[in-house]
Amino acid sequence: MALLRVESLVAGYVPGVDILRGTNMSLESGSLVAVIGANGAGKSTLARTIFGLVPVRSGAVFFQEQNITGQPPEHLVRLGVSYVPQTANVFPSLTIAENLEMGAFRDSRNLDRRRRRIYDLFPSLGKRQRQSAGTLSGGERQMLAMGKALMMEPQLLILDEPSAALSPILVQDIFRLIQQIHAQGTTILLVEQNARKALAIAQKGYVMDGGQEHFSGTGIELLHHPEVVALYLGKKG
Amino acid sequence: MDWVTALLQAGIDGVSFGAVLALGAIGLTLGYGILRLANFAHGDLLTVGAYLTLAFQAGLQWPLPLAMAGGALGTMLLTLTCDALLWAPLRSRRASPTSLMIASIGLALVLRNGVILIWGVSPQRYNLPVSPAIALGAGLQITASRLWALGIALGAVVLVSLLLQQTKIGRAMRAVADSPELARVTGVPVGLVTAITWLVTGGLAALSGEMLGLITTMRPNMGWLLILPIFAATILGGIGNPYGAIAGALLVGVAQEVATVCPASLGSLTQYCLSTDYKLGVGLLIMVLVLLLRPQGLFRGTRA
Ligand SMILES: Nc1ncnc2c1ncn2[C@@H]1O[C@H](COP(=O)(O)OP(=O)(O)OP(=O)(O)O)[C@@H](O)[C@H]1O
Ligand SMILES: [Mg+2]
Repeated sequence: MALLRVESLVAGYVPGVDILRGTNMSLESGSLVAVIGANGAGKSTLARTIFGLVPVRSGAVFFQEQNITGQPPEHLVRLGVSYVPQTANVFPSLTIAENLEMGAFRDSRNLDRRRRRIYDLFPSLGKRQRQSAGTLSGGERQMLAMGKALMMEPQLLILDEPSAALSPILVQDIFRLIQQIHAQGTTILLVEQNARKALAIAQKGYVMDGGQEHFSGTGIELLHHPEVVALYLGKKG
Repeated sequence: MDWVTALLQAGIDGVSFGAVLALGAIGLTLGYGILRLANFAHGDLLTVGAYLTLAFQAGLQWPLPLAMAGGALGTMLLTLTCDALLWAPLRSRRASPTSLMIASIGLALVLRNGVILIWGVSPQRYNLPVSPAIALGAGLQITASRLWALGIALGAVVLVSLLLQQTKIGRAMRAVADSPELARVTGVPVGLVTAITWLVTGGLAALSGEMLGLITTMRPNMGWLLILPIFAATILGGIGNPYGAIAGALLVGVAQEVATVCPASLGSLTQYCLSTDYKLGVGLLIMVLVLLLRPQGLFRGTRA
């Protein structure tokens, strides 16, 4: 059974301009699915539309076979979906501990136990719980954003370009952490510009172009698909 | 050395007036940070709070503390009503900051004229014995009502700071001020935060108006005239930053009083003194200077 299913989704920010033009997608429970594509292909818009932030014109989104099309974000959080935006994904004037608290606002039973789980996953955050998020480095910020999204122990985690604007070493770290989160049982929808790395750790991949998925297949298939390699993966990794 | 005494006395008066301004400025700056609203009706909330208290105290003969609490409560309900009838519909239509500001000027007119309709235009006072002046030594003094204003303002400031730092909903208010959209996707109940922000804003504005009613006479335009120094304090402190607003309010309050000091020992020079009519102009001048020289304010404000 698919945990998340997107059916012929058409959506856009302003009336008359469709950014998603009939996107289809399906995520098995427990899988890690990568969405790649050029700048402006509509990857972020897809993530935002699933999360109820972009007006839907037609099509539908199902989570656990329940129609969640156009449901507001707070409802999705309660159902067990978390989303980490591409940019501005932490509260800069709140401390690390306070950011994590906000992540579990809807259910702050066992707040300390939940926070300890996040600090175990990201030890560098645990060392500076009282530091304000605005003073963190890019990598730490991204870790905090993921930690905040994991506070509700979601079934599905949507990550929008977690490795954007990070140094190569940090990119390695972030991908390792994503695999670790996945291994602990969270289903992940990973939107990435770092296409090779994303496909390498994904069970399934989608290549988006012009608001539609143009190719799909297992990570390995896409990594070796001549057209995908030529058009979207370029020469180097 | 009567000018030293005069300056010190102006400082004392300025601090107590600054405390009144601070109560107004905290609400304005929270509203800007959390609701993204430059609320020109904020001054008239002060007026409403002061007049409601008058109705309870002079009208219904309630004791003053109870009347003040009633005035604050009434103003809090008014802010929630305004949110439901005006601000929520504008938000859901994604009104621009400029439209919101213009709507707030409209609301200011409605509130002020509502006060005029009910209570008339003539100056009014609470039904209180004359407030005795307390000697502080060295020729300095402070009236009991100013001392009360200072104490109540201080208490309110401490409570607001406890709210923002020590409670979960207060931390959520700071989160929404940082980024309303991120707050929504994180699962922070933005609607609840909005309501609490209005309650705090309304309560503090009413207290500010009531304190003003204690130290001066009340007129229907009392709050409207104060909106400039309140904005000046808010901008000075970095808009969106409540602690900055308090510091800004104290600075504006003291500057207003000190700039109009005019001791008799200046002799014929007193003709060059700034008349007390220009007090409000001092606040305006500070605002203009800050906007020109340091538009982000003296302290860090809300990131856009
Ligand atoms: N808030 C917005 N309002 C209007 N149009 C937008 C908005 N955000 C994105 N768009 C438009 O939607 C299209 C798709 O953008 P989107 O951000 O989804 O692409 P993306 O695949 O995530 O690109 P990138 O790799 O650069 O992040 C672009 O043409 C963009 O201009
Ligand atoms: Mg994007």
